[in-house]
Amino acid sequence: MQPIHLAWVDYTILLAYVAFVIGIGWTLARYMKSSSDFLTSGRSIPTWVTGLAFISANLGALELVGMAASGAKYGIATAHFYWVGAIPAMVFLAIFMMPFYYGSKARSVPEYLQMRFNKPVMGLNAFTFAVMTVFASGISMNALAKLLHLLLGWNYDISLWICSAVVLIYVLKGGLTSAIYTEVLQFFMIVLGFAPVVWLGLKDVGGWNVLKGNLASVAQSPATIYVNDNKFAPDAWTSAWKPLLGGSANNPMGVDVFAMVFGLGFVLAFGYWCTNFLVVQRAMAAKNMTSARRTPLIAAIPKMFFPMLVILPGMIAAGLAFTGKDGYRLPPPPISQANYSAAVAAVKSASPADTDADVKAVGDALGKKIDSTKIAALIAANAKTKMADEEIQNGIYNSVAENDYDSVILSLVKKYCPPGLLGLALTGLLASFMSGMAGNVTAFNTVWTYNIYQAFFVPNKSDAHYFWMGKFITVVGILLSIACAYFASHYSNAMDVIQLVFGFVNAPVFATFLLGMFWARTTGVAAFIGLFGGICTSTIFHALTIAAGNTPGIKGGYLGIQHTFPSEMAQNFWLAAFAFTGCFVLTFVISLMTKRTKSDTELKGLVYSLTPKIKDEDQPFFARPAVLGTILLIACVIMNIIFW
Amino acid sequence: MGLDIRWPIGLMFSLIGVLLIVVGAANGAQLNINIDLIWGVVLLVFGALMLLGAIRGG
Repeated sequence: MQPIHLAWVDYTILLAYVAFVIGIGWTLARYMKSSSDFLTSGRSIPTWVTGLAFISANLGALELVGMAASGAKYGIATAHFYWVGAIPAMVFLAIFMMPFYYGSKARSVPEYLQMRFNKPVMGLNAFTFAVMTVFASGISMNALAKLLHLLLGWNYDISLWICSAVVLIYVLKGGLTSAIYTEVLQFFMIVLGFAPVVWLGLKDVGGWNVLKGNLASVAQSPATIYVNDNKFAPDAWTSAWKPLLGGSANNPMGVDVFAMVFGLGFVLAFGYWCTNFLVVQRAMAAKNMTSARRTPLIAAIPKMFFPMLVILPGMIAAGLAFTGKDGYRLPPPPISQANYSAAVAAVKSASPADTDADVKAVGDALGKKIDSTKIAALIAANAKTKMADEEIQNGIYNSVAENDYDSVILSLVKKYCPPGLLGLALTGLLASFMSGMAGNVTAFNTVWTYNIYQAFFVPNKSDAHYFWMGKFITVVGILLSIACAYFASHYSNAMDVIQLVFGFVNAPVFATFLLGMFWARTTGVAAFIGLFGGICTSTIFHALTIAAGNTPGIKGGYLGIQHTFPSEMAQNFWLAAFAFTGCFVLTFVISLMTKRTKSDTELKGLVYSLTPKIKDEDQPFFARPAVLGTILLIACVIMNIIFW
Repeated sequence: MGLDIRWPIGLMFSLIGVLLIVVGAANGAQLNINIDLIWGVVLLVFGALMLLGAIRGG
């Protein structure tokens, strides 16, 4: 992809955004008077703000870039990450779990674990969470700096440090409140920056019905655009459930129904949305219990429609690539100009008499998988009529038989956005990365200050001391994130390793919370051993399984292959299911074998059966969390039926 | 906490809306659509509504 040249108006929009987010931090600085103000917002933020921040903190790079990539690869089935893998969990969090998080006055999710169980359980959760947030923040910033380098030709180091400095300034000035307020700004920036790209793309492709026709052709012959070597039913890219019900061989994700519903919809979704402090922190900053319970429900409304904003562009790209309209193709992986030049030279020196050897020479020069038929045709065309180098390079570009899915959304931005709108879309992209980093850093500084530093190293100091530590660790957190970004950029499989560890740690955690919140008999010893056992279960499961097409090693199977899954996604979903089950069974059995250390009185407000139910009768009927949640679940079912 | 977030949101999107309208008017119509002008108006209206809410909401 050739670097894009920005116009003055694009730079103006970028700079205006940066000025406003720093201005918000600066304005809020005067209200930061205690560690509680800085790290927990003093529980003072209105519902609509926490609701949009809740969704924006999750709207990082993965969402914008990754979901468009999956939209091109898998079609509308990607929406399972929303309609199965998010909405039900968000409703559950609002109705059943927020009363305990907020009512217990815990300052963080790990702190709830200390109140419910004991310090070691909190320590294990806090330590793993702190490490993961720093790595997640680093991954996000590495992706942003790489993207700015690839897209705009900006220097990687300068991009990384400047973007990190902007986040540091507004978080250091205004703490969690600043992060939450800027997340609301970022939410609108992302939605309003990308909505016109979707609209123009849909208009260009000829509307939804034409796109469905194009995607039916893609499904029946996905190899045409180098998406998949198998062939599927015509509705594989436009139906969410029918291909899934046909079994793992009949849908492009390679996932079966049980793995999707239990692995993603229950274990991973509830583990993320109900226990990840990064998002729960936004709800815990709400000004009262009602606000805290409504926060995930308000967030669920835009979340339900986000597939239109983030998945549809990928589907549009796949449809456009199949028709080849205006010469569009799914972007190939980055190839250096030196490799292109070598491949052009190989085409020019080729003779039609020895095509097979010449095609191989072009592929070797390019260093990528190529479409032999297209290259052979290019060689023949050049032999017949001498072509210009640029024309040959264009032919080679269209013959690369690999796709760089992460560049799909950028290719559409580049295709449709004139100066002005380009600046808006790029600022939206920048906002998504920054909200991801700020969200991780604010969660990290709270967990470090309260649940690691205060709990284990320096208890009983003044609030001013913890306020200072909160600010100090914010700077450290940003610097560690930058170090992680360099780590991820220097080691080609660093991202795989980090994601793998995330999977091991995250998969079992919901079992601990589920038993802790809904079964008073669960003991601290059982929770600790169960959590640790769940992590071990996922590690062993990974060591004994692999996905088709992978070699034993970082992708699993290094202790012997007991089972081969059709896809990595299926392997990940099943890993989550096993880890959850391992943790659940261990915690349950050990609880029965160990003595309770907390009385019913001590567990009041922490366990469902021992806590008085919140009465919502004084609230308007449609504003009650249970009613709102039910409406959302019905709407979610309707979305699933529409795209069945 | 002392700041109504609708002020910065309203101001920023009004500013961007005006910028897009100016660029759209100057450049005219990859669909024969003047998307800068159209989206500039959308952002300006959105920004104005946010500012109106901030003014009325105190």
